[in-house]
Amino acid sequence: MAVKRYTWSYPYFIFLAVFAVLPLVLVAVYAFQDSGGHFTFANILRFFNDSDALNTFAVSIEVAIENTALCLLLGYPAAWILSNSKYNRSAVTVILFMLPMWVNALMRTLATAGLFNMLGVNLGKGTLLFGMVYDYLPFMIYPIYNVLNKMDRSYEEAAADLGATPMQVFWKITVPLSKAGIISGIMMVFMPTVSTFAISEFLTNNKVKLFGTIIQENINSSMWNYGAALALIMLVIIGITTFFWNDDNKMEEESAI
Amino acid sequence: MGKDNHIIEINHLSKSYGDVDVLKDINLYINKGEFITFLGPSGCGKTTLLRLIGGFAHPDEGSIIMDGKDITTVPPHLRPLNTVFQKYALFPHLDVYDNVAFGLKLNNVPQDEIDKRVRKMLKMVSMADYEDRDIDSLSGGQQQRVAIARALANMPKVLLLDEPLSALDAKMRKDMQIELKELHKKMGITFIFVTHDQEEALTMSDTIVVMKEGRIQQIGTPTDIYNEPVNEFVANFIGESNILDATMIEDRKVNFIGHDFECVDEGFGNDTPVDVVIRPEDIYIMNQLNGAQFSGHVTSCTFKGVFYEIFVQTDAGYELMIQDYNPFEIGTEVGMLIKPQDIQVMHKSCTRNEMDAEVIDDTHLRIFSEEFECKPLGGKYEAGATVRVGVNFNKVDLQDNQEDGILWGEVSNILYKGDHYHLLIRIDTGEDLLVDTNDIWDKGDLVGIKIAPKDIKIIG
Repeated sequence: MAVKRYTWSYPYFIFLAVFAVLPLVLVAVYAFQDSGGHFTFANILRFFNDSDALNTFAVSIEVAIENTALCLLLGYPAAWILSNSKYNRSAVTVILFMLPMWVNALMRTLATAGLFNMLGVNLGKGTLLFGMVYDYLPFMIYPIYNVLNKMDRSYEEAAADLGATPMQVFWKITVPLSKAGIISGIMMVFMPTVSTFAISEFLTNNKVKLFGTIIQENINSSMWNYGAALALIMLVIIGITTFFWNDDNKMEEESAI
Repeated sequence: MGKDNHIIEINHLSKSYGDVDVLKDINLYINKGEFITFLGPSGCGKTTLLRLIGGFAHPDEGSIIMDGKDITTVPPHLRPLNTVFQKYALFPHLDVYDNVAFGLKLNNVPQDEIDKRVRKMLKMVSMADYEDRDIDSLSGGQQQRVAIARALANMPKVLLLDEPLSALDAKMRKDMQIELKELHKKMGITFIFVTHDQEEALTMSDTIVVMKEGRIQQIGTPTDIYNEPVNEFVANFIGESNILDATMIEDRKVNFIGHDFECVDEGFGNDTPVDVVIRPEDIYIMNQLNGAQFSGHVTSCTFKGVFYEIFVQTDAGYELMIQDYNPFEIGTEVGMLIKPQDIQVMHKSCTRNEMDAEVIDDTHLRIFSEEFECKPLGGKYEAGATVRVGVNFNKVDLQDNQEDGILWGEVSNILYKGDHYHLLIRIDTGEDLLVDTNDIWDKGDLVGIKIAPKDIKIIG
């Protein structure tokens, strides 16, 4: 009997179940249990009364927004230049920009910290943002570069032909047509930044605490249930914001039509 | 027509990309309100010429004058002309209305004026009901119309059209040809149209510019180009034709396919080798030999919808293509007649291959960087000297296997001359060699090339 094509997808479903669904379920189960294993809402409620955790959460979102904005500000022009054959004819330059992604983020962060120490720079929010931009910039450049690279240049020529100055061509044609790349770049930078903890630990000596740090601290001190609850809350809040954000975007697109 | 009537003048325009000269010294003027077509096979430079006029590329040399102003280095957004792009390039993030309004909004035209003009343009291209539609939801023909409306909305003085009909199916293309022509009449502005389709060019244009390998071959009205092609390339590219080797015996008398014919051409000199073009519909064919200039027998007869396409083997062994409204049975003997004014005599671009060669020793020459044996030079030349050599078209020997030749090349053009094929071979080093042969080759065939020592003639 021939194997149905559908059968080939089983390994992936198993993978998803074991590495995505099961951990999520475990997080949820732990979040709603007290240390004795009884069902409770206490962990969730505790977060909303824990001003320390709330503050850290706000700081995390703020840092994530700042990091994303910086990455976009630096990454978009870089992607644009890389995709423009007038300035860049070689794939090697593109690879050079992506190269940091091949080195473990933790190592790069440690190296950066070492560099700052050597230069005598005070560790704080500035160094934190530097490290984050350094770590996440390629994740912003790559999707935007991909979209720009595949974009049909005749759109830009057509706009110029109709009287658009190079600036107008950029804002009215290039940017809107690369929106898909911008959105995936933002997603790939924003979400991991909220939950990061290693960068803040090494680059601020925990002077700036991020939400990821609190989760890590709780888990490290065996407060599994509260840690799980925090993780779940973070997941839900990020999920909701991105969901709304995406929705907003769709509405914007529709209103443009 | 005076110079005032020129809207665009192009002087000594040249452009190359890397090693390839795409345009070589183009000179051209375009009249106000004219429908002019750049026609030629792919790679002839027609699109590059249009892009230079549109401002999307800059020439290496030469100038483009529009309305008396030099616009050679003016960026596209400041040029008073608009383009319909080959794949339309409609903005996918905007709907039909916003696409057409794009240029108007940039120019700060007031909103009610924009409304009015967009509606008018869309109505003109019969797309009035599609204002709110997404670009992706339109068919190819509809996108085409929107692209034309968008380009015309800015009220340009000149409209550039880059093979705009090539993406449409045959029926739609015919309809759009007529519509474009009407639109041109209605708008009264200059249309510069680029196509590789000779029929499209003949149907639509006031003036046709035939191009080949970066050079203009001929400029003229469709009738001129069709009836009086200046060379075999134009004759072969435009319409069906019989192109034959001929000898101009004296003024008004030419010999080909083994017969003397009266013609209307003068000034070619006596006993000069020339090419003649005879359109298939200009050969009169009849079932009797009485009154015929020459005879032959029918080898094939195919109905083509309006006329029959007949191939005839003449008494001297040449094959001619004839179009006639009446069918003729295969094998029958027929008489044929060609009127003097229907014989178009053309100068041959050359009568043999001529090139520089380097003397290696008394019996060897370097031609196209390969070593050829030749007849003893008799010690007249020193090694390293450069001589000019000639090789007749029919003395170049083509081999099936590239390795069997001293040189190799690719068959890049084939012309049937009634009793033999006239081939253009592009040598791997980039030079061209012309070859007359009875063997059948296909375009793109790779061939080995040999030349016998006795056929390499020193000519200077």
